[in-house]
Amino acid sequence: MGELEHMRTAFGHALVELGRARPDVVALSADVSNSDFSYMFANEFPARFYNVGIAEQSLIDVAVGLSYAGKVPFANTFAFLLATRALEPIRTHCCYGRANVKIMAGYCGLSPFTEGPTHHAISDIAIMRSLPNMTVVAPADCEELRKLLPQVAEWDGAVYFRFNRNDVPAVFGSTHQPVIGRAELVGSGDDVTLIGTGLMVSRCVDAAASLAVEGISARVIDMHTLKPLDVETIVAAAEETGAIVTAEEHSIIGGLGAAVAEAVCDARPVPVKRVGLRDQFAGCGPYFELLDRHGMSVQDIVDAAHGALKLKGSAVAR
Amino acid sequence: MNFHSEALVRDVSRTAQRLRLDVLEMVYGAQAGHIGGAFSAAEIMASLYFHHLRIDPERPDWPERDRFLLSKGHASAVLYAALARRGFFSVDELATFRKAGTRLMGHPDRKVPGVEIVAGPLGHGVAIGAGMALALCSEVPKPSATSAPSGRASRARVYVLLGDGEIDAGVIWEGVMSAAKYHLGNLVAILDYNGIQQTGATADVMPHEPMADKWHAFGWHVQEIDGHNVAEVLAALDRSDEVHAQPSVIIARTTKGRGVSFMEYDNRWHGGVPTKEQYEQALGELQQGMAVWAS
Repeated sequence: MGELEHMRTAFGHALVELGRARPDVVALSADVSNSDFSYMFANEFPARFYNVGIAEQSLIDVAVGLSYAGKVPFANTFAFLLATRALEPIRTHCCYGRANVKIMAGYCGLSPFTEGPTHHAISDIAIMRSLPNMTVVAPADCEELRKLLPQVAEWDGAVYFRFNRNDVPAVFGSTHQPVIGRAELVGSGDDVTLIGTGLMVSRCVDAAASLAVEGISARVIDMHTLKPLDVETIVAAAEETGAIVTAEEHSIIGGLGAAVAEAVCDARPVPVKRVGLRDQFAGCGPYFELLDRHGMSVQDIVDAAHGALKLKGSAVAR
Repeated sequence: MNFHSEALVRDVSRTAQRLRLDVLEMVYGAQAGHIGGAFSAAEIMASLYFHHLRIDPERPDWPERDRFLLSKGHASAVLYAALARRGFFSVDELATFRKAGTRLMGHPDRKVPGVEIVAGPLGHGVAIGAGMALALCSEVPKPSATSAPSGRASRARVYVLLGDGEIDAGVIWEGVMSAAKYHLGNLVAILDYNGIQQTGATADVMPHEPMADKWHAFGWHVQEIDGHNVAEVLAALDRSDEVHAQPSVIIARTTKGRGVSFMEYDNRWHGGVPTKEQYEQALGELQQGMAVWAS
């Protein structure tokens, strides 16, 4: 596991940097700026920050209005609220109306670990990626977040940016140059491909190391952009390794696993095993333990790789 | 306050009737649409598009334009009629309303020249308008301020037309609070208070009274007018422009289905489509109503 860095803090600094670089960037929060860390932007640029109160639909609507008048608004609150309570204006105005709103979804997955399932965001990828004109991005670590956030500002149209509230392990060094829409090859391998998103990329790296000890060569891919999906990289992995495991801090329904399975089924059917939350609400507890307890451990990825390898070339005609 | 001549009032009133005729033709032609809430807003729309708004049909994206947001998106027909009659696109295009391949869909799309926001899912106009009004201020008005925001980046003002049934939606009041917090004197809401929503009287479905007190209590400047009296509408719009330290609402008392005897005060004409006989009778009544305003 790489060195830990606090992702909210990294986000807060990155947003301030963006504010310095771009005067058209403004930020909003639904009265949780000291949780989502947009307070750092508010301190630096008080005249470009709006607290709309505990009002998530209005958070999006006000951002829509700002965007139509030429600003590049970054709307901050908890991921689960954005994907549920604020969904209708996101669909209507950000997606259909093409408002250039940047939706900053902190507290993704189980990362508000002590808050319990009310605050977990486990269906947001599924919801957001099903909307036309929506782009969905989830950095694997803090370095990737710093590199992707300015691209989010540059991107033409709504972006759902999903990130973690906690300390997350580093995967990439300072020379990392991710690009929205292009999957990152983290480690090469020929027997099976592990595709992760968000924090689970680091767990895929650990799983690949464990598989290597057994003599299994696992390719690791960081799918930081869930939409538009890098289908080419996925299909190449299917062709070249013949078995795929996906890993996400999200329900196994509708998220990364589903997106990869859809792409693979369309072009090059091979077994796809999905690691994630198995259609249930999680509980509460220390963060990494909570992930382990709910089917998202390194061992779960290793086991899924074994399962995929078992199916490889047998159940599926090649 | 500006003086509005009798000739202007007559012109705008006649234009309102013209818009009603367009709406009738559009809905009858499409065999679908919302007549009642389009007719109740006709004088408001005519006053805005044919006198008050600073707009340029040749430059629908002119940055200094006033913004008009139709929040009650189901009244799309009267918006399309106003935009076409004002020259944003051809009047002939109105005949494509709700038909295959049209830009003039049942609810407004931003591809239509002059349409500022998507609408239909109700309740979002005030908060979106607040965002636009904020962006048109050169600096964020301080929530604690009691005077007007010190700087405007633009002369442009934002006008939002609300339905009364629409204000059942909680997000309306989220936007209302944000607008008051930031003292958005460049934001004006016009409430088409026709008293009837889809399934009945607003007083039965979800009572709003005391309406004016509610908006007062939320920190808005409030005017109450007869929304079919063009002189009153024009005067209220002028008055709202003189309010600088708080957002304004014009509560316009109107009649759903106004202008056609059998449509007035009847919620069945919220989304009803006239038969051939009804269409012909409505056409006759509206033409008579228009003749009243002939110069």
